[in-house]
Amino acid sequence: MKALYSLFLVFALVVVSVLGAGAMEWHSLFGTVIPYAAFLLFVIGFCMRVVNWAKSPVPFRIPTTCGQQKSLPWIKHSKIENPFTTSGVVVRMLLEVLCFRSLFRNTKIDLRSGPRLTFSSSKWLWLGALAFHYSFLIIVIRHMRFFTEPVPGFISVFDAVDGVLQLGAPTIYLTDGIFLLAIAYLFIRRLVVPHMRYISLVADFFPLLLILAIGITGIAMRYFVKTDVVAIKELTMNLVQLHPVIPEGIGVIFYVHLFLVCTLLVYFPLSKLMHMGGVFMSPTRNMASNNRAVRHINPWNYPVPVHTYAEYEDEFRERMIESGLPVDKQEGVENV
Amino acid sequence: MSNLPKADELASKIDYMPPKGDWMDLPLEIKEGRYCYASNPKSVEYVGLPNPRSWNPLDDDWKLPENWQEIILNGMRERLDRFRTFKVFMDVCVRCGACADKCHFFIGSGDPRNMPVLRAELLRSVYRGEFTKAGKILGRFAGGRKLTLSVLKEWWYYFFQCSECRRCSVFCPYGIDTAEITIMGRELLNLVGLNIDWIATPVANCYRTGNHLGIQPHAFKDMIDFFCEDIEEITGILPEPSFNEKGADILFITPSGDVFADPGTYTCMGYLILFEYLKREYGLKVTWSTYASEGGNFGFFTSHETMKRLNSKMYMEAERLGAKWILGGECGHMWRVINQYMDTMNGPEYQKSHMETPVNPITGTVFEHAASTKMVHICEFTADLIKHGKLNLDKSRNDNIKLTYHDSCNPARGMGLLDEPRYVIKNTCNHFYEMPENTIREQTFCCGGGSGLNAGEDDELRMMGGLPRANAVKYVHEKHGVNTLGCICAIDRAVFPDLLDYWVPGVGVTGIHELVGNALVFPNEQERETDLRGEPLPGKEDE
Repeated sequence: MKALYSLFLVFALVVVSVLGAGAMEWHSLFGTVIPYAAFLLFVIGFCMRVVNWAKSPVPFRIPTTCGQQKSLPWIKHSKIENPFTTSGVVVRMLLEVLCFRSLFRNTKIDLRSGPRLTFSSSKWLWLGALAFHYSFLIIVIRHMRFFTEPVPGFISVFDAVDGVLQLGAPTIYLTDGIFLLAIAYLFIRRLVVPHMRYISLVADFFPLLLILAIGITGIAMRYFVKTDVVAIKELTMNLVQLHPVIPEGIGVIFYVHLFLVCTLLVYFPLSKLMHMGGVFMSPTRNMASNNRAVRHINPWNYPVPVHTYAEYEDEFRERMIESGLPVDKQEGVENV
Repeated sequence: MSNLPKADELASKIDYMPPKGDWMDLPLEIKEGRYCYASNPKSVEYVGLPNPRSWNPLDDDWKLPENWQEIILNGMRERLDRFRTFKVFMDVCVRCGACADKCHFFIGSGDPRNMPVLRAELLRSVYRGEFTKAGKILGRFAGGRKLTLSVLKEWWYYFFQCSECRRCSVFCPYGIDTAEITIMGRELLNLVGLNIDWIATPVANCYRTGNHLGIQPHAFKDMIDFFCEDIEEITGILPEPSFNEKGADILFITPSGDVFADPGTYTCMGYLILFEYLKREYGLKVTWSTYASEGGNFGFFTSHETMKRLNSKMYMEAERLGAKWILGGECGHMWRVINQYMDTMNGPEYQKSHMETPVNPITGTVFEHAASTKMVHICEFTADLIKHGKLNLDKSRNDNIKLTYHDSCNPARGMGLLDEPRYVIKNTCNHFYEMPENTIREQTFCCGGGSGLNAGEDDELRMMGGLPRANAVKYVHEKHGVNTLGCICAIDRAVFPDLLDYWVPGVGVTGIHELVGNALVFPNEQERETDLRGEPLPGKEDE
């Protein structure tokens, strides 16, 4: 049901853009106003969210340690999984952000009669997530050729490597295929694995379907519904140079693609997609585990009522003396 | 005890298939054996926590203050501003499901609300519904809901079905720590007087007497004297521990469970033997405190503030006695508190004059990694002594034991204390077998009774939660004939005997320093016939 809602939402977005940019021919609205607004909302929204997180302090240093602490010199310290220094933290974060280290550790359980539990390595989610994020990244980098003139060398390199599988014209990009497969896997997994379906919200299906639709429209316009690429590049360069003039001859499919991308940009800061920024902010991962060596300061630390030793001794003094325990005060006389 | 079903019957009921429909519509059923009794009003009152009254979770009326919603929502707002963890963890979960099957309570119960992601969603849905614009406008469509009484009851039931072990956090791509979310949830519940007695009463006891059982100073001393007599009977050596002694080098603090409950008491005898040995051989001066006689911090299961109120005693006492540093016994969350909270909460206030960077006076080792807290784990201390050849150990005295080691959650995941206890084990015990690798070290499972859940009335919950750990023990029990589980946590020592009896009969429980106490040879000691439990030593069975 939640997947259907999401599907309906994405369809609605497609219909809006087909009607608006196609039937009504509101090209400057869909070609300039909305993209500018979306880009601004994305940048401002993203920054606001990160600043909002950063405003809350980290009162305690609570890293999750995944390896041996630094202690005695002859005990092998796990420098990355239980970092003692900032450089250890940096490596740990890099492994997390670039390689999805924690997901790599994933296991799955099986319960057999007995009862007998088994835990086996399970890397499908890691692989799917990695394939999705990297192909998305490469596609975004490739798209930069629309926004740059002359196109920088490294973007052309990405383009060439990605298109190495040349089966006639136009070049087929490897990432397009991987991207579609990965996102389909992530979507189907959410739909068919019972506990995934159980925990999923509309907000989980919607971005997947939205991104899938962006991929499909992009691929469609490249391989099937031809549009005027030169005109599109002219449009994007005009946008970048801040003198929005819309050239003739751009097909509706492009406006649909662009509108979906704009939706994603606006939706991004409002949603769980902010995990992109949040991953850097997580105190269980981005702090060194050196609490015993270096004092961490809690900015809102405040004094609390405590039960002092004097109060304690006052209550139990007699019995303490009887049992031979030393006391500070004997029969009201200070014992120094 | 509730009507606990037999082990295979309980196991056969586990079903991982989630029920039909939306979890928000799933009715809340508070099941016998899976919840702890409500707190005793006297305990709540003693430490000045809100809304002391007697109430019963099975009643419809939980006797909440009239403006309870306002209190909770204000409390949430305040905590969102104070803890970045809370804010970020409310926002960034993508529900990838990596944590779903990592919680031992889910693995043992199949209850979908025990999946860490869903446990967090209990709170997150209210965050969305009450604090975000989308959730306020779109409600359930945006995954938001309002804070109703049934939501509050759901919180109480499920936040006290989490042992704050952090296993899920190891697997989360964003490091979302359900323990942190449970801590916030429990703080909020405490604001309106929703607690459980197995936490509230220990908190009050620790505050008043120093230990969670409310044992008064003379009785505390009596218990330890009693162990010393036992030790004399076994070894011919009578330890003479000191209490509340000013001018001792080291203040020793251990969970009071070690002093009052088997099999922790044998671990306590191990400490006593070790300290006596070090005193006789090297002149080490260690003192025990009756005032700071609890290492475990039950305040941690209540609120950050209560944790601080109890924790401060450690430093206050070290300051009063003039100890140079503090040595800590085998305990789980005590070490989480020491490692991650203590120095931040209490460091500058109480450790002013006397305390120094810990140095082992016998080996000269400087514990640089404890330079600021001034507190060393006894496994680090003993490992250092062994490494420097300062202990005369006869491993063969533990030859009856085929040992496996349970990494206690908090030292493992909150600290990374993994190899020190293993080093001590390998030097005191000849037969040591690791459990399967996905169940040890940072992937270790909870005993099922952590974070204040070790009550008699929630036995079904504990047996379910302890299943994954017990199952791994069963594996080495069957494969290698393992007959003993070693651990470094007092809650473990309290929970495991029943748990293992239930799932893996024939496996006992020991602390690591019980092994040390058994193996340590005094210069002039009489020939030992039995171990610290009075069981015949290997080769002495027939005599």
